[in-house]
Amino acid sequence: MITDFEVLETMKMFTEQHLDIRTITMGISLMDCADEDVNKACDKIYNKICKYAQNLVQVGEDISKKYRVPIINKRISVTPISIVAAASKTDDYTPFAVALDKAAKTCGVNFVGGFSALVQKGYTNSDIKLINSIPEALATTDFVCSSVNLASTRTGINMDAVRDMGNIIKKTAERTADRDAIGCAKLVVFANAPEDNPFMAGAFLGTGEPECVINVGISGPGVVKHALESVKGQDLGVVAETIKKAAFKITRVGELVAREASERLNVPFGIIDLSLAPTPEVGDSVARLLEEFGLEECGGWGTTACLAMLNDAVKKGGTMASSFVGGLSGAFIPVSEDEGMIAAAKSGGLRLEKLEAMTCVCSVGLDMIAIPGDTSAAVISGIIADEMALGTFNNKTTAVRLIPVPGKTVGDEVVFGGLLGSAPIMPVNNKSCAEFINRGGRIPAPIHSMRN
Amino acid sequence: MTQKNTAIVTVLGKDRVGIIASISSVLAEMNINIKDISQTILDDIFTMVMLVDLNNVNIEHSGIVEKLDKTGEELGVKITIQHTDLFNAMHRI
Repeated sequence: MITDFEVLETMKMFTEQHLDIRTITMGISLMDCADEDVNKACDKIYNKICKYAQNLVQVGEDISKKYRVPIINKRISVTPISIVAAASKTDDYTPFAVALDKAAKTCGVNFVGGFSALVQKGYTNSDIKLINSIPEALATTDFVCSSVNLASTRTGINMDAVRDMGNIIKKTAERTADRDAIGCAKLVVFANAPEDNPFMAGAFLGTGEPECVINVGISGPGVVKHALESVKGQDLGVVAETIKKAAFKITRVGELVAREASERLNVPFGIIDLSLAPTPEVGDSVARLLEEFGLEECGGWGTTACLAMLNDAVKKGGTMASSFVGGLSGAFIPVSEDEGMIAAAKSGGLRLEKLEAMTCVCSVGLDMIAIPGDTSAAVISGIIADEMALGTFNNKTTAVRLIPVPGKTVGDEVVFGGLLGSAPIMPVNNKSCAEFINRGGRIPAPIHSMRN
Repeated sequence: MTQKNTAIVTVLGKDRVGIIASISSVLAEMNINIKDISQTILDDIFTMVMLVDLNNVNIEHSGIVEKLDKTGEELGVKITIQHTDLFNAMHRI
C-alpha cells in the first residue's frame, strides 16, 4: 500500500515543483516517401505522417488525465529530409518543410524535427540543397525544426560545413529579422548527434531506427532543487544520493508514460531521454538548481563542478529506473529557456566562455543564446568549431543554437515567448578567426576514435 | 500493464461539514468503490487520501475527472484522481 506521505509528496511534485513529461516524440521513417516528383514526395510525406500520428495528441492527453501528469509537448521526428529528398528533381527543398509543417498542424503537434542533414564527413548533393534551403524553409514554416550534424568522434569535423553553417545561421536570422530571428531558434548544429533524441530543435529519426517509435523526454529541475533544499549544508555524498533518488522517481514517471503511450498507439517504445529540461517559469530552472549546491549565481567559479556532479547523479538514478535510456540524456543549459540563466546572463556573471566550459560536462551545448546581429559569420563558425571540437574530442554530444539578432546588440533583449523564453544579447569575443575558418577541409578524427 | 484498476483520490483544502459525505456519494454514483480511506488535518489543511476501485465504473475516465473537479469546486477543495500505477512506478522498485 502506498503511504499518505508518498501520495502527498507526489502531488507536490506536480503542483508545486513543475514535474512534467516534457515531450512524447513519435519517430516516423520517411524512407518510403522518396519520389522523383517533388509534389508526389511531399504528398507521401504528409499522408504518412498524418496516418501514423493522427492519434498521438489525443493519446497524450488521455494519459495525462489518467495520471494527472502534465505532458507538455507532443512532437514528431522524421528521417533526415536530405535522405528522403535526394531522389527528387529539384534544387529547393522548401516544399518538403512546408509538407512537414502542414502535417504537424493537421496532427496538432507542437513541433516536427528532421529538416536535417548528416554531413560529418562530407556533403552529398542532396545535403548541399537541404542546407541552402534552411533559411527559406524556417522562414516560411511555423513548426519545422532543422538540424545538421557537422562532426563525430569517428569521423572528425567537417570544417567546410562549419564554415557554411555560419553563413546559413546569419541568413536564417536575416530572413526572420522581423520576428527577432526566431528561425535560428529552430536550427541547431551538432557533433555526435543522437539518432533517437526526442528534444527539439535537434530531433530526427536516424537510419538505424525502426519504422515508427515512441521516445519520451522527461523534465524536473524543480523536483531535484526541492529535494536538495532538504539537505542544505550536508556533504556532497549526501547531495549525490539525494539527486539520484529524485532522478529515479522522475524517470519512472517517464517510463510509465512511454510504455502506456507505446501500448495505446501500438508503436514500439524506444528510449527515455534522461534530461533535466528547464522552462522560463520560476521554479523550473537548472541554473537555480545549481545555485542550490551553494553558488551565489550560476556562471561563477564552481558552476562546472556542480553541473558535472548533477549530470552524473541524474544519469545514475535514471538508468536504475529505465532499461532503455538514450537521446541526449543530460542536463540542458539553454539560456533563454531558463529563468535563472536569463538572470545570470543579465547580471553579466554568466558569459559565453563559461557556458562553453559547462558544455564539457552536460548534454547539448551553447543553446538558445542571443548574440549581437553584427557578429560575423566567421566568428559564428569559430564558436561552432570550438563546440564541435569539445564534442568530437571528448566523445560526447555537443550542439550550437545561436541567435544573431539583426539590429540588436549587447544591452538589448529578445522575447520569443512560450517555452523559448527571452534572452539578453550576450557579448561575443569578436577577434577574427576568418583565416582559420576559410581553410576548409576536415579536422581528422581523434586518435581515440580508433577503437577496433 | 494494468493489473489492478485502482486509483488514489487526494482531497486537499479547508475543512468543512460534509466533505467526505459529498465525495463518497459522487463516487457511489459512478459505481466507484472506496477500498481504503485516511483523513487528517495537516497545518489546518484538510487532507484525505482514498484508494478506490475503478473496475466497475460506469463512466469514461474524463467523465470521472470532470465530476470530481465540479464537486471540488462546490466544496472549495482540490480533488485529484490518479491511477495507482503512477505511485507504484515512482515509489516502489
